[in-house]
Amino acid sequence: MQKAKVYVTLRESILDPQGKAVTTGLHKLGFDEVQNVRIGKFIEITMDGGDESRVTEMCEKLLANYVMEDFRIEMEPGK
Amino acid sequence: MRCAVIIFPGSGTEIFAVRDLLDCGMVNVWHNETSLSGYDVIFLPGGSSYGDYLRCGALAAHSAIIPAVKKAADEGKLILGVGNGFQVLTEIGLLPGGFLRNRSIKFSCRYTNLIVEDNNTPFTNLFEIGESIKIPVAHTEGNYHFEETDKSRIIFSYESDGGIAGIINENGNVLGMMPYPERAVDKILGSTDGLRLFESILKNHQSKNCSARQGAAN
Repeated sequence: MQKAKVYVTLRESILDPQGKAVTTGLHKLGFDEVQNVRIGKFIEITMDGGDESRVTEMCEKLLANYVMEDFRIEMEPGK
Repeated sequence: MRCAVIIFPGSGTEIFAVRDLLDCGMVNVWHNETSLSGYDVIFLPGGSSYGDYLRCGALAAHSAIIPAVKKAADEGKLILGVGNGFQVLTEIGLLPGGFLRNRSIKFSCRYTNLIVEDNNTPFTNLFEIGESIKIPVAHTEGNYHFEETDKSRIIFSYESDGGIAGIINENGNVLGMMPYPERAVDKILGSTDGLRLFESILKNHQSKNCSARQGAAN
C-alpha cells in the first residue's frame, strides 16, 4: 500500500473569500504578522499500485476544477 | 411538452410547482438512468447534490445520466440548470466558468433583482430587455467565476452589482442561472416573475411545433 497526498488550492489570481475572512480573524487575535491566508483541500488517497501519473489523472478528472484550482501531489512510498 | 427533471441524491424539487401551474408534462428522471430521448426539455434542479461534497456538482457530473444530458444539448434540446443544476452544467462543460464561495462566506437566501440582458432566447422571450425582475437566490457557492470576455452570453445580471446571474451556451439552448425562477411563480411567494421564464419555454415549444406542422403540411 502507498499513500498519495493531494493539495488542492484556488489559483493565486482568484480571490479566496474564506482565506480573507480567516486573515481578518487572525488579525483580531493579535497575529499581526499574518499577510495572507489561502484555504484549500487536503485529500489523502491510499492506493494498491498505481503511480503519480494516475493521481494526476484523478486530479484532472475529479479532484480539482481546472477552471479555478491548482493541485500538488506528494507520493509517500509504501511500507 | 415533455420535461424531465434530473434528480440526484440531495436535489431540490420546488420545480414541480411549475408542473401544476403550466400545462407541461414533467417527470422525475433518476440520476442512474441513461436515456432522455422521450423529452423535449431537461431541467437540472437546485439543491445540494451529493451534499456538495468535494465541490458543488462535481460528483453529480459523473452520474450515468450525464452522457444523455450532453447528447440532448447536442441535439438542440432546451436545458435549464438552476442553482446546483447550473453548477453541474459547468462541471460537465456545457457552460463555462466555475463557482467560488460567496464573498460573505455565508449561505445567502433572499430575493434579488435581476436585469434581463437578452430576450432573444427560448428562455426569456416573454421578458423585456433591461427589465428588472424579482427572483430569489439560495446558495453558499454562488459567486460565479467566468474569465471569458464574451458578454453577449450573459442573460441575467444582478441589479445591485452587475454580477452574472445567468449565462447561456453558444448555441443558445443551455441556460444556467443561480436564482431560482421556480420559487417566484405565485403572488403569495412575493413574485411571479419566475413563472414567465417557464412560460417562455412553453411558448417557444409551441411555436416550434406549430412551424414544424406547417412545414409537414407544405
